[in-house]
Amino acid sequence: MLIFEKSQPGRQAKAIYLKAQSAATDIPANLLRTTKPKLPETSELQVVRHYTNLSKKNFSIDGNFYPLGSCTMKYNPRAAHRLAMLEGFLHHHPLSPESASQGFLSCLYELQQMLAEVTGMKATSLTPMAGAQGEFAGMAMIRAYHQARGDAARTEVLIPDAAHGTNPASAVMCGYEVKEIPTKADGDIDLEALKIALGPQTAGIMLTNPSTLGVFERSIKEMARLVHEAGGLLYYDGANLNAILGKVRPGDMGFDVLHFNLHKTFATPHGGGGPGAGPVAVGKRLVPFLPTPFVAYENGRYYWSEQSTNLQSVGRFGAFMGNAGVLLRAYIYMRMIGKEGMAEVANMATLNANYLQAKLAKAGFKLAYPERQATHEFIITLSDQAKAFGVTAKDYAKRLLDYGIHAPTIYFPLLVPECLLIEPTETESKEELDRFVEVMCQIKQEAQTNPELVKTAPHTMPVRRLDDVKAAKDLDVVFLG
Amino acid sequence: MSFVPHTKTDIKAMLQAIGVEDLQALFAEIPDNLKITNELQVPAALNELEVSQLMSERAKLDAGYQSYLGAGAYEHHIPAAVWELVSRGEFYTAYTPYQAEASQGGLQLIYEYQTMMASLTGLEVSNASLYDGANALAEAILMAVRANKKSKSNKVLVLGSLHPFYKTTAQTVTSLQNIELVEVPIDFESGRVELAKLAQYTNEAAALVIQQPNFFGCLETVDELTDWAHQQGLLVIAVVNPTSLALLKEPGRWGQLGADIACGEGQPLGVPLSSGGPYFGFLTCKKVLIREMPGRIVGRTVDQEGKQGFTLTLQAREQHIRRAKAKSNVCTNQGLLVVAATIYMSLLGPEGLKRVALASHHQTKQLVEGLLKLPGVKQAFQAPFFHEVVMKFEKPVAEILSYCQTEGILAGVNLNVLKPECGNALLICVTETKTMADIEHYIQVMKHALSDHSQRSKIVENGLGAKV
Repeated sequence: MLIFEKSQPGRQAKAIYLKAQSAATDIPANLLRTTKPKLPETSELQVVRHYTNLSKKNFSIDGNFYPLGSCTMKYNPRAAHRLAMLEGFLHHHPLSPESASQGFLSCLYELQQMLAEVTGMKATSLTPMAGAQGEFAGMAMIRAYHQARGDAARTEVLIPDAAHGTNPASAVMCGYEVKEIPTKADGDIDLEALKIALGPQTAGIMLTNPSTLGVFERSIKEMARLVHEAGGLLYYDGANLNAILGKVRPGDMGFDVLHFNLHKTFATPHGGGGPGAGPVAVGKRLVPFLPTPFVAYENGRYYWSEQSTNLQSVGRFGAFMGNAGVLLRAYIYMRMIGKEGMAEVANMATLNANYLQAKLAKAGFKLAYPERQATHEFIITLSDQAKAFGVTAKDYAKRLLDYGIHAPTIYFPLLVPECLLIEPTETESKEELDRFVEVMCQIKQEAQTNPELVKTAPHTMPVRRLDDVKAAKDLDVVFLG
Repeated sequence: MSFVPHTKTDIKAMLQAIGVEDLQALFAEIPDNLKITNELQVPAALNELEVSQLMSERAKLDAGYQSYLGAGAYEHHIPAAVWELVSRGEFYTAYTPYQAEASQGGLQLIYEYQTMMASLTGLEVSNASLYDGANALAEAILMAVRANKKSKSNKVLVLGSLHPFYKTTAQTVTSLQNIELVEVPIDFESGRVELAKLAQYTNEAAALVIQQPNFFGCLETVDELTDWAHQQGLLVIAVVNPTSLALLKEPGRWGQLGADIACGEGQPLGVPLSSGGPYFGFLTCKKVLIREMPGRIVGRTVDQEGKQGFTLTLQAREQHIRRAKAKSNVCTNQGLLVVAATIYMSLLGPEGLKRVALASHHQTKQLVEGLLKLPGVKQAFQAPFFHEVVMKFEKPVAEILSYCQTEGILAGVNLNVLKPECGNALLICVTETKTMADIEHYIQVMKHALSDHSQRSKIVENGLGAKV
């Protein structure tokens, strides 16, 4: 039932109502509203109960194992939530004078420093509000760099075929043409194809390392040399940073610019699809082009460094200074895990992924890259089972829900047929991983003995499989009843 | 202090199952010369108590002011139930609802949100939200240029009364696609753009951007502006404050045909100021434009058994399907803030929200009346206002602000910095959170600030915690 169907004309959550107000007679009538907006008329309890019950229809990290590849669904510490909601932060207006913002600014400044340090970069700007916006900011910086050198011929960005969909979309939004680079059978990028693609038209390359195939790109140093020799720059998509935190730094690999997904690596919540935060960090060459504002420190004071003093900056990415509350949560998390905890994150994330990979392989699941070590994630392919029993990756995904486990990422990367991209993260226990293997084996059994059961899953969710075609055809995105 | 559960026994057993000697063997594919050898320059770990002490110290430095700042971020009372519910792990720690069957709660909520935003703005459809108000405008501009098939122009007219940060954000995003924003200057008597000024812009453009209330808090003559734009073949993009829409005419009814796209900052709807984010941008439009709309959209459908259910729809517009051909690179929406806004709007209902709008308006009037009695203070513009107003001062505003701050009041936004063409002026916002006693206190403090005895204005030096 919708909240609107619980609404009754004249019902009010009275305890939160302001007293009745007189009309605004000083505003001309033709500027005033004459219709009543369709907001629910309900009591406070009705609202609380309605949304409490809706929340119960969601899977969440707090309630479920969530091995969603490339999304790093790790535990989101409650301390970070509570402390970011302290009054001094919560009631603080973004345009408050710097002298009334030193607490907040000091946290952001230190966050900038820590993010640059763990990635081997020179400087950070925190303003991009999500990974895709970080990508856009990064590519805009690469473009500004080439333009500042008077090199207008670089119109093309190289992107591996396994990349996230946001990569090509962001490059295009920055006015670039995209050229795909193929991946070899062993999961590494095809260096020969790269050499052929590189030229005076190359602005740069966008890479994730470890790649979305769940393997570390072994020839990264050589690739960096080739791209730099051709005059291009290297963009690092930070989606998989969790795998190498405290172990290897993108700056040392040769990358010039990167974005973070704080909602992945640094444990800020996904919130049902946002808010994220996508800060960018750069090497020496791109420092003048960083998005503004960023926090600077001089003579014992923290302050916003604005466009007026950073004339080559690619500009502003939002009304204010980024998703501040998310940045604070990431800062708190980094202070809690500290320098000791950084490598431990990568170590245990990698241990969990390799353990799960080994156990699933032993249980008869086919690995996409059996010769390779898993990073923080790995891929299995169900194409044999799909052929034999007609049970697809999607069916597995839906059946997992019945067992209280969120599905891994399916059908991504696009290169591997019927694939599951599995990322357990470091905060899951061995027992939870063992249970996942048991459930996968159970579903495999079901696929053989009773494939209909799997093909028609889920059976225990609030709804069965939904009619997506009808959703798009008989478009109903607003309640009209 | 990390959050890993592994015991030494676990690690040993797991390494054995993998068939390697030690943890380092798991990183054998990474070339040795890339591995970190020096210790990271990051502070040592703090436990929960220690980090709580640190953050409390920092938060205290910024607390305790009474704020009259607005300019796109507004302090409103947020009912207790809102963030109690938002903080539930089922909302807080859920992923994007790609697995619809396991995300019906979040999806239904977004459908309800879309209904509320469409109705509030008087338009037919809404998306599931974007990063913030300024980014929603940037996307609305891209959308309008794509959608206006009759106009081949890459120019978009924006009124000079648009929030300056909205303009610069839109510029950052749209300039790389060769879109040019052309500014129409405001009238410095009225504080809005007069229709006559638009006449010289009859040459080609794809859209007109109107902010209502505008950056200065003034109300534009939206009916006339909208009709003019439609006569010239331009689409109309409305940038609106959602609280004000309980009181002011909704964009869907502007002029003869209504605005085509509405967008804005959702923060006033139950989202705390929190230093500038996370907020959310809303975007609604006429139904004919839905396929040009960026971002996630939730639709109602049925399951195999004919039961009502909700799912992300029209995904063929989006980057994860279309890649380089997508309508936008946007992936995320601000899901958690949409939860807050939906619960806020449900609690307030149409009448509750209208009272918030009216109370804010009345309190602003009270402050203006009080200020106008002080010497050397003038109201900058004649146009009617909502809950923000530009006041001009004879005394330098930096000195005024500095004095008020020592008295615990953040008295307004310094327009000398943000909109220098306004001269020596403050942009002052009052909402329902300020009592009559607060307003009287503000006026008393301001009276003193304007007198010659306020030279002691000096900002208290804040002690700071250790630097990294």
